[in-house]
Amino acid sequence: MGARATELSQEDLLCMYRKMLEARYFEEKVVEIYAQGLMPGLAHLYIGQEAVAVGVCAALKPEDLITSTHRGHGHCIAKGGDLKPMMAELFGKATGYCRGKGGSMHISAFELGILGANGVVGGGIPIATGAALSAKMRGSGQVVACFFGDGASNQGSFHESLNIAALWKLPVVYVCENNRYGISVSQARHQAIENISVRAQAYGMPGVTVDGNDVEAVYRAAREAVERARQGSGPTLVECKTYRWRGHHEGDPNQGQRYRSREEIQEWKEKCPIKRLRTKLLAKGVSPSKLEEIEATVREAVEQAVEYANNSPFPSIKEAFSDVYAE
Amino acid sequence: MRTITYREALREAMREEMVRDESVFILGEDVGVYGGIFGVTAGLLAEFGEERVRDTPISEAAIAGIAVGASMTGMRPIAEIMFVDFTTIALDQIVNQGAKWHYMSGGKLTVPAVIRTYTGTGRRTAAQHSQSLEAWHAHVPGLKVVMPATPYDAKGLLKSAIRDNNLVVFIEHKMLLNEKGQVPEGEYLIPLGQADVKRPGEDCTVVATSLMVGRALKAAEILEAEGISVEVVDPRTLRPLDIDTICQSVAKTNRLVIVHEACQFGGIGAEIAAQVGERAFFDLDAPIVRVAGKDVPIPFSPALEDAVVPSVEDIAAAVRSLVKGVA
Repeated sequence: MGARATELSQEDLLCMYRKMLEARYFEEKVVEIYAQGLMPGLAHLYIGQEAVAVGVCAALKPEDLITSTHRGHGHCIAKGGDLKPMMAELFGKATGYCRGKGGSMHISAFELGILGANGVVGGGIPIATGAALSAKMRGSGQVVACFFGDGASNQGSFHESLNIAALWKLPVVYVCENNRYGISVSQARHQAIENISVRAQAYGMPGVTVDGNDVEAVYRAAREAVERARQGSGPTLVECKTYRWRGHHEGDPNQGQRYRSREEIQEWKEKCPIKRLRTKLLAKGVSPSKLEEIEATVREAVEQAVEYANNSPFPSIKEAFSDVYAE
Repeated sequence: MRTITYREALREAMREEMVRDESVFILGEDVGVYGGIFGVTAGLLAEFGEERVRDTPISEAAIAGIAVGASMTGMRPIAEIMFVDFTTIALDQIVNQGAKWHYMSGGKLTVPAVIRTYTGTGRRTAAQHSQSLEAWHAHVPGLKVVMPATPYDAKGLLKSAIRDNNLVVFIEHKMLLNEKGQVPEGEYLIPLGQADVKRPGEDCTVVATSLMVGRALKAAEILEAEGISVEVVDPRTLRPLDIDTICQSVAKTNRLVIVHEACQFGGIGAEIAAQVGERAFFDLDAPIVRVAGKDVPIPFSPALEDAVVPSVEDIAAAVRSLVKGVA
């Protein structure tokens, strides 16, 4: 998209809309397949948070890098991931991004600048910091966007990394997706602060909090942080307030009703980032049929991804023994 | 041939690799201005500057993670973790991240980084600065683990470790730093995964690692005077382990004593003993004997510390008992 401009064109917004829909429909399909017991492992879904990944990645160039979290499908799609090898990876198939050796929690795609979703909360934060150091030392001009959640902001890896990145003025944007829950523990029960962005001050970097369900607001904050990083002025902490609609993972009963009310979930569903962008697009004069066309195309792409995954072979057993060590 | 110390050999290895390859850089606590807590990196800051010899905050998880992230994206970092005891603080990045990304990415990501660290007893630093944790690292598929015992091995192995495309945990012994030995002027490499017969013998094989290699050689001299011929084998790399050389030696001597400083339970000696048992049982004339550290935390008092790690006499006694059947 022609994003990274100060003002987003209608075309940019439509592109964002499509990416958010890809993330949403991809995962709605995962819900269905997972419930049928057809998908191995764990599925941590991103539904409700799509504006964060899409807004941030719209501010990046293709050669820029990201690190992601265990809830990483949206980041992967926003950075340019193809639904087919993604779905195949979730099925553990040989045609997956990681040849079936990573799965939902660990999708990486070096060719797209995706240094991996990560099964360890906070595990990607020092890696992003190291990638930013590398970019700076190589003079590559790359910026690294580091996604993590409110829970990870309590990990030592977060504090150690932000301290060093600010000290060395590394080209990294720390994107905290505050979806209000660290598994079952609400933010109010896991930290005494309300805005995680205030932690930036402790390390000498700017910190901003934005509405994480407003893709344009996320984009604007990310663009500013990315430009700052690219100019050599160092890191920024961008906190995006959003909400996880599903449970911690698909095995979490009733979307997490042990620790939160149905009313709360409903309240956030009404703030749906996709519905919000749709309304805005219609107000800008985009025709409903144009949006319906995009919706239908994305649904079809998801169906094709499932078909591709279903028809793909499992890896041969000898794959279990390759790639333990690099040559 | 000239004689230099183990410390100088390590420094030369890093210096030569930094001259040869711009992507090689050093980071860690006190590695720059101070020259390393044990003086190994002394002079490198003056030669290569702060960009390539980076003093870091005391943040082991970030040091290891930055090395992982930087190595994934085109650099070859050498990270110093001051004591192997402190690799415990960095274990997520070493074990869950650095060791796994090549595999989990289906071979697309590589982690060509070295973690240099110091092991062992002798400086009376008690239980948090004196451990031998090499078996922990060697247990992890995806990691390589090196323990040089001589200046010659230190240089040739460190150069290979820096050029290796995997995360290498390079464990130096703090009591070997002042040891002198012959090191050629010109460049040479010692492949990882190749054991060295430090002394040929006929009656018993002693496999020893790190500081224990010297003690095994001294024990062999004592035993030679008693008419017992000892072959001393140093694996040099614990993973990959050169079991072939060890088994060849056992086929010749028909007896095996394994010596390491780490405590016995679950130590690398258990692995070596098991592999020899599986592969060379019928070459053995007697049960395998392990001479290892006692299964206690390392005590502070010199009298106690010396009592819990193998001495020259402990090694000699074990061999004597095995060969002659007398204690």
